[in-house]
Amino acid sequence: MNKWQDNKAWFMVIPVFLVVAVSAILPLMTVVNYSLQDIFGPDQRIFVGIEWYKEALTDSRLHDALSKQLLFSSLVLLIEIPLGILIALTMPKKGWSASLSLVLVALPLLIPWNVIGTIWIIFMRPDIGLLGAAVNGMGIPFDHTAAPFDAWVTVLLMEVWHWTPLVVLLAYAGLQAIPEAYFQAARIDGASAWAIFRYIQLPKMRGVLTIAVLLRFMDSFLIYAEPFVLTGGGPGNSTTFLSIYLVKMAVGQFDLGPAAAFSIIYFLIVLLFCWLFYQVLLKVGTGDKP
Amino acid sequence: MARIVLSGLAHSYHSHPTSESDFALRKTEHVWEDGSAYALLGPSGCGKTTLLNIISGLLKPSAGQVLFDDREVTALLPQQRNIAQVFQFPVIYDTMKVYDNLAFPLRNRKVPEADIRTRVTEVAEMLELQDVLHKRAANLSADAKQKISLGRGLVRSDVAAILFDEPLTVIDPHLKRLLRRKLKQIHARFKLTMIYVTHDQLEALTFADQVVVMNEGQVMQSGTPQDLFENPQHTFVGYFIGSPGMNFMPCIMNNGVAAVGERQIPVGNGSEKLSGSYELGIRPEFLKLHNHEVAGSHPVVIKALEDLGNCKIITLQFAGHRLKVKLPEEQEVPAESGFVEFQPQWIRLYANGKLVETAPRQPSRLEAAL
Repeated sequence: MNKWQDNKAWFMVIPVFLVVAVSAILPLMTVVNYSLQDIFGPDQRIFVGIEWYKEALTDSRLHDALSKQLLFSSLVLLIEIPLGILIALTMPKKGWSASLSLVLVALPLLIPWNVIGTIWIIFMRPDIGLLGAAVNGMGIPFDHTAAPFDAWVTVLLMEVWHWTPLVVLLAYAGLQAIPEAYFQAARIDGASAWAIFRYIQLPKMRGVLTIAVLLRFMDSFLIYAEPFVLTGGGPGNSTTFLSIYLVKMAVGQFDLGPAAAFSIIYFLIVLLFCWLFYQVLLKVGTGDKP
Repeated sequence: MARIVLSGLAHSYHSHPTSESDFALRKTEHVWEDGSAYALLGPSGCGKTTLLNIISGLLKPSAGQVLFDDREVTALLPQQRNIAQVFQFPVIYDTMKVYDNLAFPLRNRKVPEADIRTRVTEVAEMLELQDVLHKRAANLSADAKQKISLGRGLVRSDVAAILFDEPLTVIDPHLKRLLRRKLKQIHARFKLTMIYVTHDQLEALTFADQVVVMNEGQVMQSGTPQDLFENPQHTFVGYFIGSPGMNFMPCIMNNGVAAVGERQIPVGNGSEKLSGSYELGIRPEFLKLHNHEVAGSHPVVIKALEDLGNCKIITLQFAGHRLKVKLPEEQEVPAESGFVEFQPQWIRLYANGKLVETAPRQPSRLEAAL
């Protein structure tokens, strides 16, 4: 049959195509367009080619923000993934206590992001905040508005508190899906609790953990609302992550061209890392070369 | 190796069982002799797996004791019991090679690596897994995976018994036969106590020296395949074993003759002392169908005929009851009606579902043929 004669199926694809075009492709092309021009006003724009890309790649403040961002995301993954698995392993498997612990664990996920920032501002205040005052009361000076290290600890704590529950939920779902026979066989085989974790639970969680790593990497790499509310990027530039820097550049200084070029680079970096994670996690432990 | 004794064993999945029906396993006494191959046969949900899990220690019984060679193990965990169990669906450790999968139960028990190598090689040879020993287990076919599961059960030389929980369900029929034969060979060679759970009577009868039939949480009968066939102790066993199952119809006994409706069937064999209502049971194999009336035969209407290629199964209407008759393939079957003859030595009588022993044991089929 001639496939050009029977092309009614294309009509089925058109709605999706339109939605994707309006929601993703058009905005992205606009950004590409901006990134190639110097824009002074609505009618004054000059084509500058890859000028902004060159500038962005040599911008030392951007490098600074990028390395901070990488450090932050690495710490987030290193803390949240093991912690999430650990919590999921200790949660009850069935009965009312399982439902209750699921609800309790999921609570932080239900709070709007900027509200989380506000909660933590108060929570960490050295004078009246529950944690801030307690730490200071123990004789350890702690002020996230003054000391860069304290600011980092605060943002990291907040991020871990906010998003570890997602890892817990995913890991818990992964654990629940393992057939009972695996645990029975392992007990018959005389496996220790560690061997059960290492050879049954961890391999069986591969799929959900891949998703957890990807989601937590992307989200933490794009983090904006919480540090913006909590520290505003400070003290100094110590918590100015990539997205905060980007917004300052685009909105604060109205440098649309450089900000657009930067956005494209940002997007490509996220894409690259996700691809790498995906490739590695898909193959680790299966005997295929990553 | 060990002799396994179950004494007063009962189990309920309810925390406060109130009636008999709350028990998955009702009060059970049973002895599994050392070195025998048993099949545990029964319909789905009859408590076979519960019984097996209690023997292996995965489940703690609500009541009663489990003894291995007079040593009580009821409270011991599976890893302390020295028992191997193979499950219905293949369980393999995905990230390990086949060799490491087979070695896993030994490594957990700190067996020296040299001994592990000998055992694993031996088991791999037995199950024809040598070629894939150094491949990842995860990438193999379902039956290779189940062979690995079997292998992990066989690899330990010191087990009290190996329990199989419908292990060949996922295997295709041809390979099923091969693996079953393999298990039988392994049993013959090593004299391991094996308990093989199945709901497939053919599998049970071909695998085991002794078949234990269960229903509704109770052991109905334990015996050789021949015993189960010829002397079912319970109407359930009669119906469950055999294809098709035993025929049953209510009768009134009087002076060694069973009255079914208006028909008189002589039973003899010591049944003269019985009187009153019983159930008469006879296997389809022991009914004869004639084209014309012979002495002691009864007229019947032929309802249906199934030709299985190697035999014929005929459904008859006899005095208001349906009877199945199994005939050799070459026998001609009358079209609409004929005459059925009961072989009195194969008639069994049941009261409340249980066999009524009327005479000393019947001669076996073999002796009868001679």
